[in-house]
Amino acid sequence: MSNTEQDKHLLEGLALNDREVIEAIYRDNYPMIQALILNNSGNSDEARDIFQEAMIVVYEKAVSDDFELHCQLKTYIYSVCRRLWLKRLQQLQRYGNLIENVEETIAVDEDLELHDKHNTDFQIMETAMNKIGEPCKSLLDAYYLQKKNMQEIALEFGYTNADNAKTQKYKCLVRLKKLFFAQYKNGQ
Amino acid sequence: MDEILLLETVERYIKGEMTSQEKAFFEEIRKKDPAVDQLVVEHTFLFHELEKQADIKAYKHSLYEVENKLTEEGVIRKEQLKGKAKIIFLWKKYKRSIAVAASIAGLVSIVTTVLISSYNNNLGKSNITYLMGKIQMTERKVAQLDNKIKEDAKLKNPTNPNFRATGFLIDGKGFIITNAHVVNRMKTIYVENSKGEYFTAQAVYSDVNSDLAVLKITDTAYKTIYNLPYSINKSNSSLGEQIFTLGYPRNEIVYGEGYVSAKSGNEGDSTAYQISVSVNPGNSGGPVLNTKGEIIGIITSKNSTADGVVFATKSKNIYTLLESLKKSGDTLSIKIPNNAGLRGLEREKQVEKMEEFVFMVVGN
Repeated sequence: MSNTEQDKHLLEGLALNDREVIEAIYRDNYPMIQALILNNSGNSDEARDIFQEAMIVVYEKAVSDDFELHCQLKTYIYSVCRRLWLKRLQQLQRYGNLIENVEETIAVDEDLELHDKHNTDFQIMETAMNKIGEPCKSLLDAYYLQKKNMQEIALEFGYTNADNAKTQKYKCLVRLKKLFFAQYKNGQ
Repeated sequence: MDEILLLETVERYIKGEMTSQEKAFFEEIRKKDPAVDQLVVEHTFLFHELEKQADIKAYKHSLYEVENKLTEEGVIRKEQLKGKAKIIFLWKKYKRSIAVAASIAGLVSIVTTVLISSYNNNLGKSNITYLMGKIQMTERKVAQLDNKIKEDAKLKNPTNPNFRATGFLIDGKGFIITNAHVVNRMKTIYVENSKGEYFTAQAVYSDVNSDLAVLKITDTAYKTIYNLPYSINKSNSSLGEQIFTLGYPRNEIVYGEGYVSAKSGNEGDSTAYQISVSVNPGNSGGPVLNTKGEIIGIITSKNSTADGVVFATKSKNIYTLLESLKKSGDTLSIKIPNNAGLRGLEREKQVEKMEEFVFMVVGN
C-alpha cells in the first residue's frame, strides 16, 4: 500500500470508530506530538489533551464530505497539534517561539474553525439535553445515543408498551428541540 | 399537522423508512406548505445533531480506552510530580545561604546534643525501654492474630458475622480499602464480591484519624485482577459535584447518588466531605465516585439527627495512609490505580464496571 492509500484506509477506519485504527494512529504519531509539547513548556497531561483534540479534528475530517487530505496524515496531525498548542500557549500567555524540528506543516485554520463550530454545537446539544430533565434525558439518551430499540426502552423505563414509550419520546423531542434552537439561535 | 405526528413522519422520512408512495405524498405536502417544509428542515437538523452527538461520544470513549492502554504500555507518558525544576532553581539561587544556615544549624545541634545528653542521660534510656516494651506487646498480639487467622481460614463461610461494611480494591493483588472503625471491631474478616464469592482477608494497616484501613485478601482462591478502571483523586472536589456510591447496606450491592454538599466533614474536619446521598449502616467504607469515574472519597459516617448528612473521608487520605504504611517499613508495594476507564461512559455502564471491585466486608 502506498502512503496515501494507507492514510485513506486509516481515515475510513476512523470514521467507523475502529479501535485498532485509533490505536495505530496513536502509536505512529503520539511520540512526535508529546516531544513537541514537552519541549515547549507543556507537560504530558497537556500533550494528551492536545492529541485527543487533534484526533477529534481528524475524525471530523474523516466523516465530512470532503475527507480528502492534501498531505500525509502525519503532517496533518502535526499541523493541527502545533496550531492547537500555539493557541493554548497564547491563552496561557506563555509567549515565545516554538522550539521544534523542522517539520513540514500545512495551513489548518479552516479545519480548526470548523472544529470550533462543531464543539459549540456539541456543547449546545449537551446543555439542552441536561436541561430537559428526567425521564426525558434518559429516554432520548437510550434511543438516540445508546441506540436501544423501543421495546427495550419500554421495559427498562416501565412503560406499558412500546407505543406509549414512543409517544413520550416524541414529546421529549419537542422539548429538546425548543431548548436546542433557543440556545442555537442565541449563539449565532 | 400535529407536531408529534409530524416528528414521527419526519424521522421515518429521514431514515428512509417510507414507501415510495408515502414519500411522494409527503414531498407533495412539503412543497405546498412552507410551514411543514420549515419543520422538516429543523427536525432534520436536530436529528443530524443528535446523531453526531452519539457518534462523537462513542468515538471519545474509544479514545480514552486507547489512551489507557498506551499509558500502561508507556507509549503515553504519565504526568510526573511537578515542581522539580522549581526546586532546582531555588536550590541554585539560595545555595550559599543554605550552606551557611546548615552549618550554623549543625553547630547548634551538636552543642545542644552534648548539653542535653550530659544532663539527661537517664531520661533518654527510660524512653527507649518503654518503646521496646510496646513493640514486644504488639508482636505478641500479631502472632496471636496470625494463629487465629490460620485456624479460621479453613472455614469457607463466615459463621454468624456480626458486622457488615463495604470496601473496594485499590490494587488488583487483593488490597482493599475500608474504614478503620470497621476493621477495629472485627476479629476475623471476610470479603465477598458481587458474584457472592467469599475470601478470607486480613487487616494490614489502619489509621483512626483518617478512619481508613487496608485489608489484604489472603485467600488462595483469590485471583489477581489487572487494570482497575478507576483512579483515586488527589485533589479536592468542588461543591455541588455530582457523585455516586456503591455499598452493601443489605446482602446485595446498592447504588446511591447525590452531590458534594460541603468541603469539610463533621465539625469542620477538613480531611472529609459532607455529601448528600442516602446511606445506611453497611455503607461504611464504600467508594464515592464523581461523574468522571474517579474515586473522590470513602463513606465513613452520617449524622444521626439530620437527614441526608453523610460524611466521607477525602480520597487523598489514601495516599497519606499508604505513605505512612511505607514509612512503617512495609514491603507490600501497593500500586494505586490511575486509569480513566470509566470516563465518558454512561452512568449505568460505570456502575456495571465498578460493581466487580466493590466488596462486602463481614466479620465478627
